Amino acid sequence: MVTAAEVLDSSDQERPTTDTIPLTVRVRRFNPEVSEDSWWDEWTVRCDPLERLVEVLHQIKWHHDGTLSFRRSCAHGICGSDAMLINGRNQLACKVLAQDVSPRVTIEPIRGLSVLKDLIVDMEPFMDGYRSILPYLISDSGEPEKERRQSPEDRHRYDDTTKCILCAACTTSCPVFWGDDGYVGPAAIVNAHRFIFDSRDEAGRERMKILSEKTGVFRCRTTFNCTDACPRGIEVTKAIQEVKRAILFERF
Amino acid sequence: MAIRSRKSKSDYGSIYRGHEGQWSWILHRITGVAVILFLFAHVVDTAAVGWGPEAYDRITAAYDNPIVRVLELGLVVAVLYHSLNGLKITLIDFFPRLVTRIRGISIAFTAVFVLTLIPTAWIMLGQAWDLARR
Repeated sequence: MVTAAEVLDSSDQERPTTDTIPLTVRVRRFNPEVSEDSWWDEWTVRCDPLERLVEVLHQIKWHHDGTLSFRRSCAHGICGSDAMLINGRNQLACKVLAQDVSPRVTIEPIRGLSVLKDLIVDMEPFMDGYRSILPYLISDSGEPEKERRQSPEDRHRYDDTTKCILCAACTTSCPVFWGDDGYVGPAAIVNAHRFIFDSRDEAGRERMKILSEKTGVFRCRTTFNCTDACPRGIEVTKAIQEVKRAILFERF
Repeated sequence: MAIRSRKSKSDYGSIYRGHEGQWSWILHRITGVAVILFLFAHVVDTAAVGWGPEAYDRITAAYDNPIVRVLELGLVVAVLYHSLNGLKITLIDFFPRLVTRIRGISIAFTAVFVLTLIPTAWIMLGQAWDLARR
């Protein structure tokens, strides 16, 4: 029985060393069992230029320091687990290539959420914001006989906001969210947008009521950090502005 | 292998390298606070008219000073930036479609800001210079 780590180990050895590049990885560490303060650790490793940062972190965790903690799951930009503050910008560690940050990269946990350990943050406040906007289809007009039909145009209306993977890169790039954890944040508004502008959904008004509160869309100061940070390329600020406008004019 | 350096909690790490909107937002806040601080002084000097025109003239004479004139230019910069940026924000609040053109809009507003400021600064600094020579 060969474990996944062994398979990856052997592939490490087979890789030709001639075309590898050095990469210094600086990580902001935190472990409440060791110290109340955070500290910086630095490793210099050799890696393939096309290797993704999450693999470099694996290399460090598996070969240099097993205590390094970070979240990852699919490692292909779909699960949204490994959002980190990489060189001062929120990005997914699995979508950043070593060659793009070489020779030196600084990695910190995403901001505005409390750090549990190293790069792992408490996602609960983020999920609270997400849950508060009722992120599911609500239709009281009875069960349809077959599917709930929708025209391609109606489907297209909210297509952009269906791409969200809840990685929190947008919400934790938002200066308003850093200062006020009551704010639902960009991700929650994106997911509200996905249902408010869905022709099959009937609770748009209810969601707009929630988002017109003090903790809702009008906290947004259009800094555009969220749009920049989104690893899925969602036009987050645009979605927020559309929800603002819908609340103002109730046109949706 | 690991090089370890322990730092205190006050080390917040790097500044978030955000969109230019982040910086225009910070400037909007700073200029907003600056304008409201001036407003307090302005309320005091205007209230002096309650003690008659002589009292008002005596208080406003404090503004006939080259340093204050330069500070006044700073006030114009703050008011101009705050109002133009406010218009920009209002514009994209009402027309979400413009959001995709934010870079162009920002450049246009910065251009209007700078172009308005050049003659204003010329006139105001000229007056400050005249006062300084007297």
